[in-house]
Amino acid sequence: MKRRKIDVRAIPAKSAGALDDRFQAATPLRSLLNKVFPDHWSFLLGEIALFSFIVLLLTGTFLTFFYEPSLQTVTYDGSYTPLRGTHMSAAYASSLDLSFDVRGGLIMRQMHHWAALTFMAAIVVHMFRIFFTGAFRKPRETNWIIGSLLFWIGFLAGFTGYSLPDDALSGTGLRIASAIMLSIPVIGSWVTTSIFDGEFPGHVIMGRFYIAHVLLIPGILLALIAVHVGLVFKQKHTQWPGPGRTEHNVVGERMFPRYAIKQGGFFMIVFGVIALMGGLFQINPIWLFGPYEAFTVSAASQPDWYVMFLDGSTRLFPAWEIRFDLFGWGDGYTIPPIFWPTVVLPGVLTMLPLAYPFIEARLTKDKKAHNLLQRPRDVPARTALGAMAIMFWLVLTLSGGNDVIADKFHISLNAMTWAGRIGLLILPPIAYYVTYRICLGLQQHDREVLAHGVETGIIKRLPDGRFIEVHQPLAPVDEHGHGELDYAGWVVPKKMNRLGALGPAIKGFFYPIEKPAEAPVSPGHPPVSPIEPARREEISK
Amino acid sequence: MSTETEPRVEQEPLDVFDPRLTRFDIMREGARREGIEIVHYEAQYPPGSRAERRMTRIVASFFLLTGLAATAFLVIYTWGPWEYELGSNVSKLYTPLLGLTLGIALLGIGFGILTWGKKLLPREVAIQDRHDGPSTTEDRKITGETMVYIAEELGLKRRKALGFAALAGLAPVGLVAAAPLIGGLIKDPVEDRILFKTGWDPAGNGGKPVRVTREDGTPIRPEDVSVGGQMTVFPGIPGGATNEHADSPTLLIHLRPDDAKKTLDTLKPVNQGSMWENFVAYSKICTHAGCPASLYEQQTNRLLCPCHQSQFLITDNARPIFGPATRSLPMLPIEVDEEGFFVATSDYKVAVGPAFWERP
Repeated sequence: MKRRKIDVRAIPAKSAGALDDRFQAATPLRSLLNKVFPDHWSFLLGEIALFSFIVLLLTGTFLTFFYEPSLQTVTYDGSYTPLRGTHMSAAYASSLDLSFDVRGGLIMRQMHHWAALTFMAAIVVHMFRIFFTGAFRKPRETNWIIGSLLFWIGFLAGFTGYSLPDDALSGTGLRIASAIMLSIPVIGSWVTTSIFDGEFPGHVIMGRFYIAHVLLIPGILLALIAVHVGLVFKQKHTQWPGPGRTEHNVVGERMFPRYAIKQGGFFMIVFGVIALMGGLFQINPIWLFGPYEAFTVSAASQPDWYVMFLDGSTRLFPAWEIRFDLFGWGDGYTIPPIFWPTVVLPGVLTMLPLAYPFIEARLTKDKKAHNLLQRPRDVPARTALGAMAIMFWLVLTLSGGNDVIADKFHISLNAMTWAGRIGLLILPPIAYYVTYRICLGLQQHDREVLAHGVETGIIKRLPDGRFIEVHQPLAPVDEHGHGELDYAGWVVPKKMNRLGALGPAIKGFFYPIEKPAEAPVSPGHPPVSPIEPARREEISK
Repeated sequence: MSTETEPRVEQEPLDVFDPRLTRFDIMREGARREGIEIVHYEAQYPPGSRAERRMTRIVASFFLLTGLAATAFLVIYTWGPWEYELGSNVSKLYTPLLGLTLGIALLGIGFGILTWGKKLLPREVAIQDRHDGPSTTEDRKITGETMVYIAEELGLKRRKALGFAALAGLAPVGLVAAAPLIGGLIKDPVEDRILFKTGWDPAGNGGKPVRVTREDGTPIRPEDVSVGGQMTVFPGIPGGATNEHADSPTLLIHLRPDDAKKTLDTLKPVNQGSMWENFVAYSKICTHAGCPASLYEQQTNRLLCPCHQSQFLITDNARPIFGPATRSLPMLPIEVDEEGFFVATSDYKVAVGPAFWERP
């Protein structure tokens, strides 16, 4: 019998051929393998959000195997002795079981929570990067809008998830949420009773929040993230200005192998850091809070960090209630004060950023497409506006913890509230002004270095006794000794070692693994006096 | 391999089947056909050099570290003290150790891969044309005309009736999709006035006044609350202290005699007759956002809500005196029945908790 020989080495090529016969993959695959991505550390902030989201999906799926979304009252009988015999909801009991009676459940819960906090933080920092560098400009307005929506949907994901354990802290948060819904004019009470199926807390809210948290919201997030990343792919990434970089090209590395490998490595690092935090740093110890009961609360009850600014705005808003009669209908109507800081303010904070790219384009009459980023200093008005917004947010967030600040620093609580109210009005304009001046100062310094050169730190005495500081021009100069370089929208070297005056650092951790390179002597004008090798030795000792 | 290519010149596509071409040449040709020029491609260390071997060792040790940490994770996970034990410090270490080993294992992979990619792969600079900007005017014209042509073929302009019919016919279908969602969820807050009623309503107790009880359901006598003291109380009905009646928790306060007099003197009309001797009972649910306004400052007679710091003066109808709350805490009318226990003579006279549209 003749045995058919299989040429093992030909298998990959043959199967690749077979695949291409069916799917015609070679051409699109070539295009994918070769796609060029620009490289800069700030382009990785969005990735942190994406990777945290993947960790959220992984750990969250694990949690669903054990969590029970029910407000049925049960008597706790798990391993956590201090709460044994306590009446609580099945949701809270199953969250306790996850923490104490499921092997490795606690680290999964904590990783999930830390990943959520990281997700939101990465979104915010990524958004700062996009805003301050002008990456939202045409043609990328759509992705800016999607990104802004991702923040709010992430916010909802966070809030619904935070509510699920039904502990004293999250139950209080849920009650505040119901008060916020109640405050909406005309439909508020209908919305609230419809969501809670009656009065707070009702019996069904955990089931509804659960399906929203594990299916509806992640589904929307997933879809929007897919479009978000797809658009980055389609429209190609922005890049910083630099040598060889124009509005019409992308300078960087091809997707494979280096870029993809770096992304993969970065994912594992984000995952690893979340695992470390999940194991080492306790978060949301629900067993210390106890089950939710409508009559218990403790001081210093703060929500997760990305909700604190709304908590702050709620604390700061004055007690202004609108009561009126509507043509003798009913017994009169009310718009509660909580409506403004928790419904109107977030509404404004959603709509303003969505419209910002169009507002800016209109004000600057800029209709062109932009693929090169701007340094924040080069657009002082935008940068200052961003600083103003951050300051506004910061005052609100700090006010969300003003009781803790008052307690720790022995300040009157009412003084903290008033400081927040006044600070909210005064500090943002100050932030605007200061940032604007700093931007102008930085711009000016860039121009100065381009005109006069880099400070060498060498003070020279002239024959007539004057002292002058020697500058190293960056390029040939005109007859007045002024450089003729134009600002190119990118970093201007401001230190001599940036110009290679000191040579590269020597590699090696415990001992040098290479011979130190000879320090190049600056070739510019005026010449830095050369030092003979023998004297160099001496100096270096 | 180190390559510095000359400035780009438009060139004929290479014949990739030419046997003299290296694999790199073919790869670069592929990139070229995508509009990508690899302008710089340089190995970071000469192959076989000491530095390269050192990098290889570093990457390898990262992966080995991962193996070690992952094994440690498995050992701890399997045999570690995972069950909670009150006061046992060993069981407290379980989760941190899992995190430490898992974190190190993942970071090992991460840094291993990163070092591999950043140090052992050649550095490159590639330039790709963006091909950005709009489509060609020709393409725009073709697509635009095609779409308009399709619309014309449908003939909505000529057959106007069809358009109206389609609109009139399809609009209700959209509502059909929304109807079960809204219809299923909707719950009327107005008809039963559920937002105005609490567990203190005698109607829920067979028409009899509801007893004032502790969390465990035991009734309360006046002498159970010392002068200047306070107690959280619940309606004495089944489940009265549970979240079933989340709007019912009440604070029963025994005022000092002079405070009681002050309180009595300032009573609003709606609260007239609600106090019993020196006792007063206020809803514990903050009128701002519904948190329990439960921090009682005995010296200043203030109640503070820890959520948003509204402060209420209990000697003056629990009127808000600081913070975002606008309404006084409702007062529960109380008296002592013939057996000597506190009862609520009626439900709260105004709605409890945060305000809403229909609340007068």
